[in-house]
Amino acid sequence: MSSVSAYVNEHEHEHDHKPRGLARWLFTTNHKDIGILYMLFGVTFFLVGGLFAELIRAQLIHPANHVLTPELYNQAITLHGLVMVFAALMPVTAGFANYVIPLMIGAPDMALPRLNNWGFWLLPPAAVVLVFPGILQLFGVGNGPIDTGWTIYAPLSVRSGLGVDFAIFAIVLLGASSLMASINIIVTIFNMRAPGVTMMKLPLFAWSWLITAFLLIAVFPALIAGGLMLLTDRHFGTHFFSAAGGGDPVLWEHLFWFFGHPEVYILLLPTAGLLSHILSAFARKPIFGYRAQVYAYWTIGVLSVIVWAHHMFTSGMPIAGQLYFMYSTMAISIPVTVLFICWLGTIWRGALSFETPMLFALGYIGLFGIGGLTGLTLADAVADQQYHNSYYLVAHFHYTLFGGPIMGVMAAAYFYLPKITGHMYSERAGRWHFWLCIIGFNLTFIPQFLAGIAGAERRVVDYPIQFAGFHMASSIGAFILGAAQLLLVYNIVVAWRGRTEPASARVWEGAQGLEFTLPSPPPYHTFAERPAVV
Amino acid sequence: MKLDKGFADTKKTEVPAVASRAGANRRLAWLLALVAAGFLGFGFALVPLYNTFCHLTGFNGATGTAAAALTPVDRTRWVTVEFTGMVMPGLPWKFRPAQRRVRVHPGETAIARYYATNLGDRTFDGRAIMSVSPEVAATHFEKIECFCFHQEALEPGQTREFSVEFFVTPGLPKYVTTMTLSYAFFPSVERGDDRSQPRS
Repeated sequence: MSSVSAYVNEHEHEHDHKPRGLARWLFTTNHKDIGILYMLFGVTFFLVGGLFAELIRAQLIHPANHVLTPELYNQAITLHGLVMVFAALMPVTAGFANYVIPLMIGAPDMALPRLNNWGFWLLPPAAVVLVFPGILQLFGVGNGPIDTGWTIYAPLSVRSGLGVDFAIFAIVLLGASSLMASINIIVTIFNMRAPGVTMMKLPLFAWSWLITAFLLIAVFPALIAGGLMLLTDRHFGTHFFSAAGGGDPVLWEHLFWFFGHPEVYILLLPTAGLLSHILSAFARKPIFGYRAQVYAYWTIGVLSVIVWAHHMFTSGMPIAGQLYFMYSTMAISIPVTVLFICWLGTIWRGALSFETPMLFALGYIGLFGIGGLTGLTLADAVADQQYHNSYYLVAHFHYTLFGGPIMGVMAAAYFYLPKITGHMYSERAGRWHFWLCIIGFNLTFIPQFLAGIAGAERRVVDYPIQFAGFHMASSIGAFILGAAQLLLVYNIVVAWRGRTEPASARVWEGAQGLEFTLPSPPPYHTFAERPAVV
Repeated sequence: MKLDKGFADTKKTEVPAVASRAGANRRLAWLLALVAAGFLGFGFALVPLYNTFCHLTGFNGATGTAAAALTPVDRTRWVTVEFTGMVMPGLPWKFRPAQRRVRVHPGETAIARYYATNLGDRTFDGRAIMSVSPEVAATHFEKIECFCFHQEALEPGQTREFSVEFFVTPGLPKYVTTMTLSYAFFPSVERGDDRSQPRS
């Protein structure tokens, strides 16, 4: 966008009345309220998922440790995965979409506000359903929450306890919620753009979410279909995944990863879009390679649905299949490299300043880069046989999913917190948060790469004594990383209470975009009359 | 100046624009919901598609069945067929091949035997699921008669001999000189499960 002029109408402030109390949040159809609900839900479950991670690391700090029973350990790793993916990251990125996209494209609200309300309010019941078996177990019913690993592989998931049934119901609810949010975002971007915001002037965050929404519509139904088949296998005598009845457990893996691999990009793409905006703001330069990034999103989106079986190299696949999935997976590194070059091009010779959002954005580039490179070794079908069931893989996907999406969400949280609350957070606490994250994260996962290369098996509650040093370091790192997240909570509270310096409309000197032409915080109703974008 | 003009234009058309926009939004939303429902259907369609795909390509070691060996015998080369067997959890059986390997010419019919003993204290029904590796050999392995076509029952303590009659098609790539035939005996999922059309 070469120049942006927004028109904030005088009497918009007259419309700034909103219902008070709980009713406001329960019945709201306002995109900002729903965005905030999504983000608060995501942060809450980020902490819950983190708590499961700390339990896992507490168990693994010494060999032959007894912090958790093996049953509890299995439940903790499963819930850590499911909660982080479905209840933390996906809601937070949906929250940013709801809050920011209408502001970015000059729309008065999301296209389907009531659907939006419904989409969010499906999440809390889903979260309750997921952990409910844990409460039932306290009363002696069943054997606790799902314990199969977040991939819910058959035949284990066909035989496992009632936690699996609850998890399937939770996934169906979450899927319905995600589909509603995706449909809403696509309709908003297609139909609600202000005059002058053409598709190739669309902010990159909106583009990245558009691709994400298409991916969700294409792949989440496959997981729901798989979940329903698993449910009928467990209770109604079908044999989709049971070899004895003519089914095939590997079919589950195909269904799961047909969803599961695009899911990685569903988590990644929105933050990749945000990253471009943040880098551009703190480099005080326009985004480099706008078109290239849009095409890269499309390429990543298309490739992501045809590479899923690289998660299954060790399931006994013919050579031809392994070769196909190996080369197609490696091909994804090309559009991703385009993104990296555009990010680096954006900050190249810029007038950089290093506020907290920029620190997290640069951390994203570094950590996600390591995640991508280690992914290339795993994409090699031959090397994967060695590394697949080791901690190397665990470290790899944490570098991609924490290093990418979570660092991106942190950067975006600090970037937009003053915009949303109208007040600055504590820059000092923000910097501490960043450095503790970087130190804690690398201390957690670099030893896991080394342990994995040395042959340490993942998923297991205990380990041989020669890996004790790696696991000790990893646990200490995880405790630092976990404690650091309290600084994020502190900063949210600081900005929310509003006793700090008020934020200007532009917030950051180099911030670009329609949302930064509005006051901070933006009025309850914005762009009731459409802005003109030249 | 330019800005004001732009706004004058949009203001004039605002009321009809909102009404038609709501209709357009709803139409697009339903269209996308339909696409999502289509992908749900695709998820279920993957089940038969996947089975067909396995049989066409030998993916997962799925093999074929033939009524009789009508193909000419290729006496210029030998193929070694090795046998293994295992029992899945829930079936207290002992199950082993009578021979470790046989050597056959492609196209030549051969019979291999297995022994199974029920170590449990009641009658158990089992069903054998077979696979062939390497996968490239699976499409060239044809069974004429096999105990895996049927559900099998064993009384407590009973031992029975099971046999499989098979041939390897001459189309087998020359570089495959050894293939392994593996059976896994599963507890039968229901009584009277005896389908004439076997899956593998």
